[in-house]
Amino acid sequence: MSLRNALAAGTFAITSEVAPPKGTDISEMLGAAESMRGYVHALNVTDNQASVMRLCTLAGCIHLRQHGHDPVLQVTCRDRNRLAMQSDLLGAASFGITNVLALTGDHVAIGDHPTAKPVFDLESVHLIQAMSSLNDGSDLAGNELHGRPDFLIGAVVTPDADPIRPQLAKFDKKIRAGASYFQTQAVYDAESFREFVDYAHGSGVKVLAGIVVLRSARMARFMTEKIPGITVPQPLIEQLERSSDAERTGVEIAARFIDQVRDVCDGVHIMAVGAEHLVPHVLMAADLERVA
Amino acid sequence: MIVVRQKPLDEICDVVAGHRRVLLVGCNTCAAVSLAGGETEVLALLEALALAAFRKGSHIEFASAVVSRQCEPEFVDTLETEGFDAVLSLGCGAGVAFIASTEEIPVYPALDTLFIGAATGFARWQAECSACGSCVLAETAGICPMTRCAKGILNGPCGGVQAGRCELGDRDCAWVLIHDRLERQGKVEQFAVIGGLKDHSVKSTCCEWDLSGTHGGAR
Repeated sequence: MSLRNALAAGTFAITSEVAPPKGTDISEMLGAAESMRGYVHALNVTDNQASVMRLCTLAGCIHLRQHGHDPVLQVTCRDRNRLAMQSDLLGAASFGITNVLALTGDHVAIGDHPTAKPVFDLESVHLIQAMSSLNDGSDLAGNELHGRPDFLIGAVVTPDADPIRPQLAKFDKKIRAGASYFQTQAVYDAESFREFVDYAHGSGVKVLAGIVVLRSARMARFMTEKIPGITVPQPLIEQLERSSDAERTGVEIAARFIDQVRDVCDGVHIMAVGAEHLVPHVLMAADLERVA
Repeated sequence: MIVVRQKPLDEICDVVAGHRRVLLVGCNTCAAVSLAGGETEVLALLEALALAAFRKGSHIEFASAVVSRQCEPEFVDTLETEGFDAVLSLGCGAGVAFIASTEEIPVYPALDTLFIGAATGFARWQAECSACGSCVLAETAGICPMTRCAKGILNGPCGGVQAGRCELGDRDCAWVLIHDRLERQGKVEQFAVIGGLKDHSVKSTCCEWDLSGTHGGAR
């Protein structure tokens, strides 16, 4: 079942992601995708993630699709202006790639080409408007399209942002611009996440909980300190520290979280950050059925 | 005002290498207030360049002049460049370019032009304006997101804000500041408005302007 159908049918949606290679050898990306086949509805393909230049997300999506996966085109605003972004979106639609996820994108300063010109001609809200506008048959300048796409428009939100009010105001703007589902930044506190989902469901959008599978106490600490909007609660860090098999504990933590929130949210988006083979373990530990 | 800072000395040495007589020209307006292009800085740079040239065994003669503003003909016309084979400007980019347009000899920049800013203390500046040509400050509580947000984005904070700070760690998040000020002004509903796309055409389509019809007339 595709992501679009799962969300429409109210089936618990499961997505994960793969990163295109630095270079032209796509075997590792396809291998990662293969290891998750049958466990996820769709696979996001990241867009020069962390501002590190890689094979383009559109090509990555085309490869996944040719291998029978349902790809989600991640689109950031960092590297392209409004012409290029709309043009790439139409290109994606022409290949049947219509799951799109709008992100602002990291700053170039953190990546491997730190002196590049950051574009940000659009940002996530205007990008979502562009996707909606293309769906309606015209571009951002109001020109009519010959053949229109039918994008399933996704966006991201950070439920634990500090401060939270500007983040929620922007979340509301994304909904008004046309986003129909959201995947969240990694969340670990089930109680506060449930509150966020309550808020989001007030607007009728679907929410996939963002799950980063922890593999060590060090990783958990690093994410809390260095990655904006992620807080791994201290008891979980201690649990990882005490564990003789931290990877397995990380899988259990992820599965337990899914179990705690699956009755309120619409699905999960699992980010395995290079350990995609763990994704099926997390889903099996959470007793989620294969998606088939 | 326009905030500038001096380029690394090595870079300046490289551009003047090969010349025989170089005239350093200061600018007594923005560059002087930036403590990068006034009389003091011109003399300090002259001595540093002379010493560097001496150490390398090269024979370059340096002289200096300071004009009130390098961006206006009435001041630049007073420059005496006879006998020099290069000019090193301690003005902003406009100063360098304007002097270069009036001279046959090469004119080099000694400074980098950073932004339009306001003073926040001695030699401390807040970047406030990028001269984008389509001002949004009415909607953003007087805080420029094009300048103060690292990504220059509209519509609110990106996901990189942490405890109100930018993910780059060098500044407060402009959009959190905008949100807080709008809230204090009782205008937080302004934050919810999805503004139009940024109009970049002003900056990208015209660089020669005649504003005589729109201003109060000649000084």
